[in-house]
Amino acid sequence: MAQTYRKLLVDPLVDNNPITVQVLGICSALAVTSSLKVAMVMTIAVILVTAFSSFFISILRNHIPNSIRIIVQMVIIASLVILVEQVLKAFAYEISKTLSVFVGLIITNCIVMGRAEAFAMSNPPVASFIDGVGNGVGYGLLLLLVGFIRELFGAGSLFGLTILETVNNGGWYVPNGMLLLPPSAFFVIGLLIWAFRTWKPDQAEAREYKIQIAEGH
Amino acid sequence: MEELLSLAVKAIFIENLALSFFLGMCTFLAVSKKISTSIGLGISVMLVQAITVPANNLILTYLLAPGALAWAGFPDIDLTFLGLISYIGVIAALVQILEMVLDKYFPSLYNALGVFLPLITVNCAILGGSLFMVERNYTFTESATYGLSSGFGWALAITAMAGVREKLKYSDIPDGLQGLGITFITAGLMAMAFMSFSGVRL
Repeated sequence: MAQTYRKLLVDPLVDNNPITVQVLGICSALAVTSSLKVAMVMTIAVILVTAFSSFFISILRNHIPNSIRIIVQMVIIASLVILVEQVLKAFAYEISKTLSVFVGLIITNCIVMGRAEAFAMSNPPVASFIDGVGNGVGYGLLLLLVGFIRELFGAGSLFGLTILETVNNGGWYVPNGMLLLPPSAFFVIGLLIWAFRTWKPDQAEAREYKIQIAEGH
Repeated sequence: MEELLSLAVKAIFIENLALSFFLGMCTFLAVSKKISTSIGLGISVMLVQAITVPANNLILTYLLAPGALAWAGFPDIDLTFLGLISYIGVIAALVQILEMVLDKYFPSLYNALGVFLPLITVNCAILGGSLFMVERNYTFTESATYGLSSGFGWALAITAMAGVREKLKYSDIPDGLQGLGITFITAGLMAMAFMSFSGVRL
């Protein structure tokens, strides 16, 4: 039993990462990664929502009529997100301003919905909870990695603390401002996916067409 | 009128939902392999966006905002914390209604949109549009314009993306970059191109 739980928790970290393999939850992953602090808050929020929504949906799974299950799942997820939003507004108002609409958008984050539908509807509560945590952490891992690269090389700092002294402040590092702009998130994630798939070649996608030299010429 | 026009241009190009806010990315990456399906999806998103943003604006103004229930005799009530759950409810309900109406009166369009309509409920671009409307305090006319034009911007982005990807499948891409990786990088380049609109003022 402990073995299964371990597998549920560890599998989504790299082998079945929600972002690079399942292609879920990209919407919010890109927008909140320009600084590490914001990415951290978003990670914690998503882990909490995924874990608890899987847990509650799994408890109710035998009582939810199949035809209205999407709406029931939505209501559970939306209530949890409202909770997170209110807590953030009360205790971390500045960060909740930076995150703006993206806290609300956790509702439509495909990871939450996807895990509810694919796992929690057919598994007991504790396993679902652990599966939720695992997927949340897998998502957070990539988020923090992207946030780390973007903030370190884009602004020369981590969590707002200066690491590489920038030229403007009399240091030596010329920050790459491009990394703070939205398009760079696409590049960083695209390259990370490339790195992941070179490391684990079985994740690569099959080609539709292959270019090769024709024989006999 | 000029303000509305400038709002529309801003929503379509400068603040494109897909390429500068990354909304609706899951579908943007998953359904952009063929131009014809992307156009179908783009049109349905535009349709739903144009209806839900103004509808949610009405709900906010007459039910949820602080003091909005004054017409019912409760001037002190502030229900804004119920926002998220109401917006997603409205979106789910409207998508359902739209599906039934299209099925009854426009069967050809209904068949063309097929499975995409129900999926739109969980498309972040739709909920995102409504949340931006709330955050930026749009009036009813502004939110109607914003809904239509931001939906159009999203449709434009996904169609362009599908065009690029249709050509891209013939090119020789390194193994690990194949598929998702190169799609991300293409989207990044497109986002950079869209950023060049940011100097435009109307």
